[in-house]
Amino acid sequence: MVVPDIGALWRRRSKIRGGVHPEPRKESTADKPIVANFPLPERLYLPLQQHLGQPAEPVVRAGDKVLKGQLLAASRGAVSASVHASTSGTVAAIEDYPAPHPSGLPTATIVLEPDGDDRWVEEGAEIDPFGLTPDEICARVDRAGIVGLGGAAFPSALKLNLGWRSRIRTLILNGGECEPYLTCDDRLMRERAAEIIEGVRIMLHGLQCPTALIAIEDNKPEAYAAMRGAAKNHGRIEVVQVPSLYPMGWEKNLVTHLTGKEVPAGGRPTDVGVLLHNVATAYAVQQAVRYGRPLISRVVTVSGEAVESPRNVETPFGTLLSELLAFCGHRPERTARYVMGGPMMGDVLPHVQVPVVKRTSGILALTPEEVQATDARPCIRCGRCVSACPVGLLPLEMMTRIRAGQFDAAVSFGLRDCISCSSCSYVCPSRIPLVHYFKYASGELMARQEAQQKTERTNRLAEEKRRRLERAKQAAAQRKAQTAASEHAS
Amino acid sequence: MSKVYLPVAPLTHADNPVQAIMAQVVLALVPATGFGLFLFGWPAVYLFSITILSAVLFEAVCLKLAGKPASLFLCDGSALLTGWLLALSLPPWAPWWIGVTGAGLAIVVGKQVYGGIGQNLFNPAMLARVALLVSYPLEMTTWVQPAPIFSEHAPGLLQALGITFGGGGIDGFSGATFIGHVKTELSQGRTLEQSFASGQFGLAEAWLGWVPGSLGETSALLVAAGGVWLLRKGIITWHIPVSLLATVAVLATVLRLIDGDRYFGPLWHLGSGGVMLAAFFIATDYVTSPGSPKGQLIFGTGCGLLIFVIRTWGGFPEGVGFAVLLMNALTPVIDYYVRPRIYGRDHKGRPLKLPEGKE
Ligand code: SF4
Ligand code: SF4
Repeated sequence: MVVPDIGALWRRRSKIRGGVHPEPRKESTADKPIVANFPLPERLYLPLQQHLGQPAEPVVRAGDKVLKGQLLAASRGAVSASVHASTSGTVAAIEDYPAPHPSGLPTATIVLEPDGDDRWVEEGAEIDPFGLTPDEICARVDRAGIVGLGGAAFPSALKLNLGWRSRIRTLILNGGECEPYLTCDDRLMRERAAEIIEGVRIMLHGLQCPTALIAIEDNKPEAYAAMRGAAKNHGRIEVVQVPSLYPMGWEKNLVTHLTGKEVPAGGRPTDVGVLLHNVATAYAVQQAVRYGRPLISRVVTVSGEAVESPRNVETPFGTLLSELLAFCGHRPERTARYVMGGPMMGDVLPHVQVPVVKRTSGILALTPEEVQATDARPCIRCGRCVSACPVGLLPLEMMTRIRAGQFDAAVSFGLRDCISCSSCSYVCPSRIPLVHYFKYASGELMARQEAQQKTERTNRLAEEKRRRLERAKQAAAQRKAQTAASEHAS
Repeated sequence: MSKVYLPVAPLTHADNPVQAIMAQVVLALVPATGFGLFLFGWPAVYLFSITILSAVLFEAVCLKLAGKPASLFLCDGSALLTGWLLALSLPPWAPWWIGVTGAGLAIVVGKQVYGGIGQNLFNPAMLARVALLVSYPLEMTTWVQPAPIFSEHAPGLLQALGITFGGGGIDGFSGATFIGHVKTELSQGRTLEQSFASGQFGLAEAWLGWVPGSLGETSALLVAAGGVWLLRKGIITWHIPVSLLATVAVLATVLRLIDGDRYFGPLWHLGSGGVMLAAFFIATDYVTSPGSPKGQLIFGTGCGLLIFVIRTWGGFPEGVGFAVLLMNALTPVIDYYVRPRIYGRDHKGRPLKLPEGKE
């Protein structure tokens, strides 16, 4: 039974803006259990960078035998995450391999040949997470190589640490999953609610934070019921339904909706005392802290009309997307486009000979009908993009400025606040790919900034060199004068 | 124009292209139009057809000259809609060349010289209406009494041809609009009460539309019904219609309370002339109104204010065209200065202050 949530009433004071209702297209995968027995592929490709920040540093060499869960590459620098072996086997090479990115450019990758034994590195004893200090919890999460599994792939240990140090008051668990097609979090919540709830409790303990809110869109009643059941005896954890609206899962939307607070521009949710994590991350944290298991696999939604039996598969990292698709009955001849992640914010991939990485929430093989290539028409200034924008921008004005090459004017209209959520493109009746303009302009601005910094650096270096030379010359002249003087004296 | 292959998201698209929007606007106009055609008979039918036809033809020619694919742009239906709105605002028995000239002005001068759909500064239909009114004041203010089609006195098919195409007289049918009548009477020193008595106007007739007036503007009720339907369909938002109508109503009420002898009340204002059409169909034109909700409120209020001022104290009996054009000219300014508040920023665009106790 669903009990009316009175607390939600006052929380709803501050209304979120904009948003769209794309077709969910989740039916094909939402009701099928997670497939846990995915057969190990011949080779696994583990990029050293599967997270935001610096790439990890390899600690193995080609030819090394490794066990499942063994550290392959250690995190390096302030923002980074470790990479572990998804199964036991031999390191075949450390070489460049195409990354799952729109550019398809190669990055440094550890190639692992499984031996088929799937043998764990000696498993540490199960421990009681609640006997640990916050520092120890952060350390364990860091050692497990956990990153945000919602898509941003920010190292989780860092985030926890930041939250703990800034004494956050509310932990929000994002179970929104507002992107069409994706159901991996939905399934995880339905099937592993108890583990997720324990993960949340571990986080609360590690953060020394009083309360957690788990936000689930109201189009996932089963997940909501399962999570409510699992959270029943834990008063500090509240499971709340949020309206199904894209982009409800945008973290600032959730903060505003659930706490009534607004995150200042350029700030983080921790600035208003809130920290957000994804529900899948909570699961990974539980596995890491209680059992010492590193993050070596995740649930991936395999969907799209060009897939015959779409479902959620628990996939070891490094598996090629092509093999995962083939496992689900992929029909390449019907595929017009591959997207990693959801269709609104995901990455279009040039091909699928690239590995599953930590941020791979889904792989979609879409048919021409699903992609709908159309002609863009002139803007009719209908204002739909304005009402759809969750940030409160004027997409049409930014677009006309960018078209005219006036990037600064576009920035003055709020280009830097754009979250690339695609809501505006989605509603545009003229089919103008607005978000492309914004991504293009942001990229261009970034490139300009870099170029400027580079020129400044070169100028500085040149200046330094000139000074150095001058000093050297002066010194030489001085020496000469001195020797001349001493010679003279003698 | 090249195909958009949407290399990055979004790949799912709302099914709501331009043509469907135009079609729905046209559909919303059908009741009022049908009533107008019925009320004013065959001459109105002829004028209506020729206006729309020439609008579409002018559009096709312009597209051809500009080298744009006519099939792609004609299908968006915007020329049809422009012609339609213009026809609704003409005197129903006006000669054919009024319709053709108006359509030419609207499409060529009002829209295509700016670069076509989405580029124009002024509402094309209103631009044409005002230009016609200034150039041909006689034809544009010759109104007729309702003479429903097939009714006894109404002109038949052939006689109507004479009226629209042959310059045939309309003696015996001519009448005055409510606002025109009141204005004339007041200018001759009579009070409002006296002019009501001499004009035989009823409020119910005005709302229903059984009065002399423009081809499709007379029935405030039917126009409003179409507008409300558009609102419910989400084609237009409430900001412009509500602010426009409310402004007119408030001003009318205030002045009526001040001097009941000279100023007629809000119900008369809202029920007569083109106010309803302007509120729901003309001021809400996407291209020439502001993009943000706040800007739209300002725009609607401005339109309402100007309509009232021109009607009450201006030289022309009907202020809608001028009011909308004036506000159109302000739209770029409004769009530049009035923007929605950006998430995490205050109204001036500065980042919000952090809550207390935080740096
Ligand atoms: S939604 Fe598209 S057509 Fe409408 S104003 Fe925005 S960019 Fe223009
Ligand atoms: S992509 Fe940017 S401009 Fe478009 S709706 Fe999202 S935040 Fe607004």
